[in-house]
Amino acid sequence: MIGHAEKAAPFVANEGRVHWHDQALWFVRLKRDRQAESIPEWEDLREAAAAIKAHTLSRIADYLEEFERNARSNGIQVHWARDGAEHNAIVHRILADRGITRLVKSKSMLTEECHLNPYLEAHGIEVTDTDLGERIVQLRHEPPSHIVLPAIHLKKEDIGELFHKELGTAEGASDPKYLTEAARGHLRQKFMAAQAGLTGVNFAIAETGGFVVCTNEGNADMGTSLPPVHIACMGFEKIVPRAKDLAIFLRLLARSATGQPVTSYTTHFHGPMRGGELHVVIVDNGRSAILGQETFRRSLSCIRCGACMNTCPVFRRSGGYSYGYTVPGPIGSLLAPLRDPRKFGSLPFASSLCGSCSDVCPVKIDLHHELYAFRQELVQKKVVPLYKRFGMAIMSSVLARPWAYRLAGRLMRWIVRRLPRAFVYGPWNPWGRQRELPPMPRHSFRDLIKEESK
Amino acid sequence: MPKVGLFIPCYVDQLYPQVGLATLRVLRRLGVDVDFPEEQTCCGQPMANSGCAEYTRPLAERFLKIFGKYDHVVAPSGSCVSMVRNHYAQWLEGRPDFDHLRTTTFELCEYLVDIARVVKVDGDFPCKVGLHMSCHGLRELRLGRSSELMVKPFNKVRLLLGQLRGIELVELTRTDECCGFGGTFAVNEEAVSCLMGRDRIADHEKAGAEIIAGFDTSCLMHLDGLIRREKKPLRVMHVAEIMERARLS
Repeated sequence: MIGHAEKAAPFVANEGRVHWHDQALWFVRLKRDRQAESIPEWEDLREAAAAIKAHTLSRIADYLEEFERNARSNGIQVHWARDGAEHNAIVHRILADRGITRLVKSKSMLTEECHLNPYLEAHGIEVTDTDLGERIVQLRHEPPSHIVLPAIHLKKEDIGELFHKELGTAEGASDPKYLTEAARGHLRQKFMAAQAGLTGVNFAIAETGGFVVCTNEGNADMGTSLPPVHIACMGFEKIVPRAKDLAIFLRLLARSATGQPVTSYTTHFHGPMRGGELHVVIVDNGRSAILGQETFRRSLSCIRCGACMNTCPVFRRSGGYSYGYTVPGPIGSLLAPLRDPRKFGSLPFASSLCGSCSDVCPVKIDLHHELYAFRQELVQKKVVPLYKRFGMAIMSSVLARPWAYRLAGRLMRWIVRRLPRAFVYGPWNPWGRQRELPPMPRHSFRDLIKEESK
Repeated sequence: MPKVGLFIPCYVDQLYPQVGLATLRVLRRLGVDVDFPEEQTCCGQPMANSGCAEYTRPLAERFLKIFGKYDHVVAPSGSCVSMVRNHYAQWLEGRPDFDHLRTTTFELCEYLVDIARVVKVDGDFPCKVGLHMSCHGLRELRLGRSSELMVKPFNKVRLLLGQLRGIELVELTRTDECCGFGGTFAVNEEAVSCLMGRDRIADHEKAGAEIIAGFDTSCLMHLDGLIRREKKPLRVMHVAEIMERARLS
């Protein structure tokens, strides 16, 4: 297991870029604050959203079946996938049966999670991500580094260079408007040539059998209104009971995500277009297992706004790739090890437990407390290395005995005062790499208090 | 007269005795009947934050035994108080005295404001001070409103310090960004931790602070370590040290 700190190292090494990344995401956090402030009932909205999600998760099977019935009567074809492999096979079969070889996609973190793109490409299908950020990382053969801002780790100069190579823009050009125009022209051709469009799902409504897709670029709308086949893929937790619940979630989503009052395009799909087909693929892929864990099931409430990433002081400075999972940041640090504790066991420790994520979360997932709790899971599963557990065992037994504690404290203060600096600040002291140790006082508080009381 | 048990976190006891003494003086000057039970060591937070629940248990049990009998427990640390209030239930739920302990253990500033009902802080402190609102005191004890929440602003620490004559509490760009200490995080994620700390210090420098004040010595230890390594003119001080000469009423 390569830990978060090791994976963060290349990003962290470039301090200038770290500051720029930190500032860029903090800017989004401030935009979110301004939008949230403008809603007097903001905290009530969060409360209501959390309650709706908790309720829905408690009856998820019923709501999913209700959705399926209503969606079918709307003429939507509903598919169920147990895991990523089934999901990919279902999507491929829909395309293959119709002889489709060109697919345009709007943003879907689920398909990233299932690694749909490489699967389809291996089966001879051309897949084009049409969200600008997604297209950028696709051209770079990289995964997104953030769920809402997939290319936030890149500067406009990086994109200029990429577009020069891939889209033939002028060398050295980095004007955002020019580059966006070029991407627009390039994507327009892809839209016109596409035989099918794939989207994610932000909210599926049990009561109506329809679903909602939120984008800012209108790319989902282009991709679903030009080609005749629309496939929408959703994790099963995307369900909400009633259409009126959207009045809560749509007010929270864009404000939390990018600090906009609402996404530029909020499209409701309630059936195929005339002469077309509409498919919904409902995916489990490990979600049932999470639902079964009382301590962590609230993580399924996530509406993928990314606010916890923008606010996280660690994410802002370590970058999305340091997490090594489709969903990075605080929520990813739960979802990833819930899926594979051995592979992602360092992520719950990649947090100072500052709690900013829990306070910013629009559905009130108690993120930092869940990260705290997950650390215990990792110790129980012995994922935390033996030397760390052993160190804590020693520390605990010293601290449980006042005489041992006093002795250890006195020894530590005495030794550190006397040892040569080169030894104290040797390579075995990670604290001292960039920081001074506190000055070691001659007397502890409990020594001094006797004087004070006299 | 209620009896107060003074809880001095282990690293404060060993490394920052002056913070312990300042806390004691603040409470005594207020006329509080304070007792420092000598058997105390540590609340167990390092073990708990590392996921080592079973190594935390004996320390939580000791804490209850030592402090359960006091009317109030006061500590100059938001983080350790949060450990008792928000995390001890896992080991102590249902034990006699635990509910009492959980609801009567306070961080120093919240004790002064909420329990001792201090309304007047009479003293001088003619300095430019940046207030570092350590995360656990802020978001776990709610000593102030965190910048994420859209509720009416309040800040119990500022309420106290702001009354000192001559003090100028400078405005930070990021009012409650984490300093990057985070317990074992400071060592496990040394690089990110130090980046966070340096940014926090830079924010105070930009605001013109001479002193970084806080209620958690652990965060101050981390910031001070960076400040001294880089030989910056800033100083760190615990709020108890700032208030120890003031008359509270």
